[in-house]
Amino acid sequence: MTQQHKAVALVSGGLDSMLAVKVIQEQGIHVEGINFFTGFCVEGHTHAIRKKDRVKPKRNNALWVAEQLGIKLHIIDVIEEYKDILLNPKYGYGANLNPCLDCKKFMVHKAVEWIQKKGFDFIITGEVMGQRPMSQRKDTMPVVAKESGADDLLLRPLCAKLLPETKPEREGWIKRENMYDFSGRSRKPQMALAQKFGFTDYAQPAGGCCFLTDASYSAKLTDLWKARGDRNYELDDVMLLKVGRHIRPAENFKLIIGREEGENNFLSGYKKQFINMHTVSHRGPLLLVDGTPEKKDLELAAQILARYSQGRDADEVTIEMTDQGGVTTSMVVKPIAMESIPEKWHV
Amino acid sequence: MAKHNLDARGLLCPMPVIRAQNAIADLPQGDVLEVVCTDPGAAHDIPAWCRVHGHSILEIKQKKDELVVIIEVGEANA
Repeated sequence: MTQQHKAVALVSGGLDSMLAVKVIQEQGIHVEGINFFTGFCVEGHTHAIRKKDRVKPKRNNALWVAEQLGIKLHIIDVIEEYKDILLNPKYGYGANLNPCLDCKKFMVHKAVEWIQKKGFDFIITGEVMGQRPMSQRKDTMPVVAKESGADDLLLRPLCAKLLPETKPEREGWIKRENMYDFSGRSRKPQMALAQKFGFTDYAQPAGGCCFLTDASYSAKLTDLWKARGDRNYELDDVMLLKVGRHIRPAENFKLIIGREEGENNFLSGYKKQFINMHTVSHRGPLLLVDGTPEKKDLELAAQILARYSQGRDADEVTIEMTDQGGVTTSMVVKPIAMESIPEKWHV
Repeated sequence: MAKHNLDARGLLCPMPVIRAQNAIADLPQGDVLEVVCTDPGAAHDIPAWCRVHGHSILEIKQKKDELVVIIEVGEANA
């Protein structure tokens, strides 16, 4: 009896990795998935915070994909290790703060460590040549294979025919002729393959699976680093950049205001860590104050909160403010005029 | 059969899933892990993770703002 070989797949929750797993399963390989949580992942939580985004039931797409494919999925916390990738990328950033090439290299390297520990034979990804401008180019895909330490143990089933032969192909663990030659940004070949496999429901995140590719998110992160004079960050920092209206009236403080009920619920989980305010006399959002505000800054924050409440046209709005020690004070303010909130304050 | 507790309160998904996964890695088949969470997403994600790994959900209890997920470790850990 021949030995069944084992592969680990980098599973994001999107269609491409789902197809790559299926292609390799069809070759008789035992596949398990790994999914890395960097803190910047779109999948898994906050994409469903806003009500407008809740068109589908809330789910973790990587786990959902694993269930459809009948594979185990191991979710790995790389938040701390990822800081060095984001802060010091050897190959720089893409259009925003996305260090795609260093990121892919890092993840494949983590997969190399994983297969060595677990006794697996090779690694697969759902990469398609030419699909991403940094990490999935003909000249950069071999860089990932080499610098991650994976070398010829890294197989990309969706474009393997366009790349040098890997060990699984050379050794006959899988048949190279059953791999694919997808290239470019068109999604048509993937959709056709999905149809062939009978996949009708799959995630197609428009901006990829990482907030760092998002211009608005990257601007908020840059603002945070500039205001603090330090490029370090904690998980809570990067989570909070995913939600709310961010307004920075001055270098020493920033306001985060929920835009609807879901965001207010999310922000309420941070009430013990930040000075927070809510309106009492009218319905309104929750506001967190980040930084080191002075008394006059808090008065301005209250006026801005009043502007975003249902008391925006009232002469007076009553606000309750609670500090990190749990001490609550009340204040009555006049909502600030919208034209008094300069566009440049909006991060 | 031993019973274990995991406090995942204040963590947002997927962190409660990751903590549960890491806790279960060291447990033998038949042991029970009780996970207390505050992110409502855990009510979907922890059971989904358990299904793909062959662990059983014995009960999910909602207590005010907390969610308690009780898991029995499956034969993958035998």
